[in-house]
Amino acid sequence: MANLQAQCPLCAANVNLPDAPEVGELIDCEECGEELEIVSLEPPTLAKAPEEEEDWGE
Amino acid sequence: MSNTPKIGVLCSLIRPEEKMIFEAFRARGIDFDRIDDRELILDLHQSESPYSVILERCINHSRAHHTLKYFNDRGVRTVNSYHTANICGDKLLTSMALSKAGVPIPRNLIAYTEESALEAIEQLGYPVVLKPAVGSWGRLLAKVNDRDAAEAILEHKKVLGSYHHSTYYVQEYINTGGRDIRAFVIGGKLVAAINRKADHWITNTARGGRASNYELNQNLANICEAAARAVEGDVVAIDVFERPDGYLINEVNYTMEFRNSIETTGVNIPQLIADYVIEVSS
Repeated sequence: MANLQAQCPLCAANVNLPDAPEVGELIDCEECGEELEIVSLEPPTLAKAPEEEEDWGE
Repeated sequence: MSNTPKIGVLCSLIRPEEKMIFEAFRARGIDFDRIDDRELILDLHQSESPYSVILERCINHSRAHHTLKYFNDRGVRTVNSYHTANICGDKLLTSMALSKAGVPIPRNLIAYTEESALEAIEQLGYPVVLKPAVGSWGRLLAKVNDRDAAEAILEHKKVLGSYHHSTYYVQEYINTGGRDIRAFVIGGKLVAAINRKADHWITNTARGGRASNYELNQNLANICEAAARAVEGDVVAIDVFERPDGYLINEVNYTMEFRNSIETTGVNIPQLIADYVIEVSS
């Protein structure tokens, strides 16, 4: 089955979603390199990922 | 089945780690709820929770910290616990817990003023490492090579830093040639370890450190499992320095990142995490 696609909200490129995509998943736009969040699967929708916050990560 | 324990995974953004953990639960045919911390409203007047166990995978420490307390207060078993998150979220508390438990750590001094911090630095001798007590991904770590740098950094911290930078955590610099060990402990057992090598003295793989497998041995297991017990951690990743005379524990991380360590070690870390959560839920 072909991967779902969604439009990059920044550069408008068609971005292939990964296998078994999850809402909330972080991916990179292959065109502009921006970090994106999958915000919906129906329909597949991307948004710019939240900016890194001071208390992120380990 | 109505009597199946309900597992929740507390998270927001889904990184490769969370995605692999979801797949691991599904591989065992286990249902779970995603609890998105961005949508949570914690009602302090609600005394019950629908979950029997929650796996914490928040990207934000502050959200993990408070949410774990909320659920622990309602009798929910969480992996890890609020207690563990509270200790591991603060490098001072982590060092104190390790020290109290007799786990070998680098020399650490804590001071509260620029003057006493400078004195502490000179007591340890250059170079030293200055760390914010609360911080992640190696941010705002400073290797201080001489007194000029020490004075400048202490002044910058005082003038530019938020209040928690006014607690000075001074650590002996352990020269390991840009290399350290990241060890993974699940359910009290050391399960895998990697060697991290960087051209920079900060070795976090989030900062470009390169990973290779590190052969497990009994000494490493002993010290890492003791470190996990010291913070009462269920699932923790431990940063270890190796010196000719033995290992030292540097930090203990409670929402561990392991994306670079599965192929490297051949150990299915997300499956072990999921299996551990399933085990404690039943």
